[in-house]
Amino acid sequence: MSRPAHRRPEYHKINKDLFVLTYGALVAQLCKDYEKDEDVNKYLDTMGYGIGTRLIEDFLARSCVRRCHSYSEITDIIAQVAFKMYLGITPSVTCNNSSRNEFSLILDKNPLVEFVEELPAGRSSLCYCNLLCGIIRGALEMVHLAADVTFLQDRLKGDSVTEIGITFLKKLDERKYRRKK
Amino acid sequence: MADAALFEFLHTEMVAELWAHDSDPSPGGQKMSLSVLEGMGFRVGQALGERLPREMLAFREELDVLKFLCKDLWVAVFQKQMDSLRTNHQGTYVLQDNSFPLLVRMASGQQYLEEAPKFLAFTCGLLRGALSTLGIKSLVTASVAALPACKFQVVIQKS
Repeated sequence: MSRPAHRRPEYHKINKDLFVLTYGALVAQLCKDYEKDEDVNKYLDTMGYGIGTRLIEDFLARSCVRRCHSYSEITDIIAQVAFKMYLGITPSVTCNNSSRNEFSLILDKNPLVEFVEELPAGRSSLCYCNLLCGIIRGALEMVHLAADVTFLQDRLKGDSVTEIGITFLKKLDERKYRRKK
Repeated sequence: MADAALFEFLHTEMVAELWAHDSDPSPGGQKMSLSVLEGMGFRVGQALGERLPREMLAFREELDVLKFLCKDLWVAVFQKQMDSLRTNHQGTYVLQDNSFPLLVRMASGQQYLEEAPKFLAFTCGLLRGALSTLGIKSLVTASVAALPACKFQVVIQKS
């Protein structure tokens, strides 16, 4: 692709807005197609999963991350490298249990909801950003890590923060992981 | 640019949903179709049009608007300019992109020609929406002779 001679700052914003606006149009369309919030949430998660399974290659190609030895390292990379790279934000990470397989990403800023003030009327259970959960789940599965990813808190629903919970399901088997590379 | 990648992935997934439902129609809800994709592109194009800097919107004539789409809007959205713009000076414009980014990932040439319209519907809407914000009513269609080159045809609708 040819590079333009100059990059005006307005263009950069338009480019960022493109994804956010398209996502908003998608959610609006799904709300038209499906009456129940759970169905929209599920559809967003499924689409996110499909994206995640392909995004992981793009991510690995751009980021050169080293092999991880713990779920904690993986979660840090999701927050500090992946989120930063694709959404320009760095959620903070907390570990929720002593077996160290349950984590939370706390999103202080969320570009996906930049143009959303509140959930549409009658849509109080809508997980507006559910695509993100699917993306994380799909990407992790492609590197042979099974995880449950859901929204634990959501500012759009009145919570004080937006929190994504990641629960790794299988024990990280180093031998198996190395072989798959 | 990573931001652009996210849009491309989302777009591909939206088109894939269309594909899946074509081959396996299942009950419940209206599924994605070409016109739905075009409609979504239209809304996004309108919104993008509203975000353009003020000074860009003072166009003297219709051709300037089309040139703006080919250069500035295309660069902002697809990181490249449109490759050519032709017109019959009677309200019809043909915009040609020899390497349209949303088609580039597919095989080049004649393979997958049938699928190409699905990958162009959203962008047709985007163009129509941006034109609408700039005060121009239009009909936008696209055609592909050989991937990844495509042509967008804009026909201005006089009210």
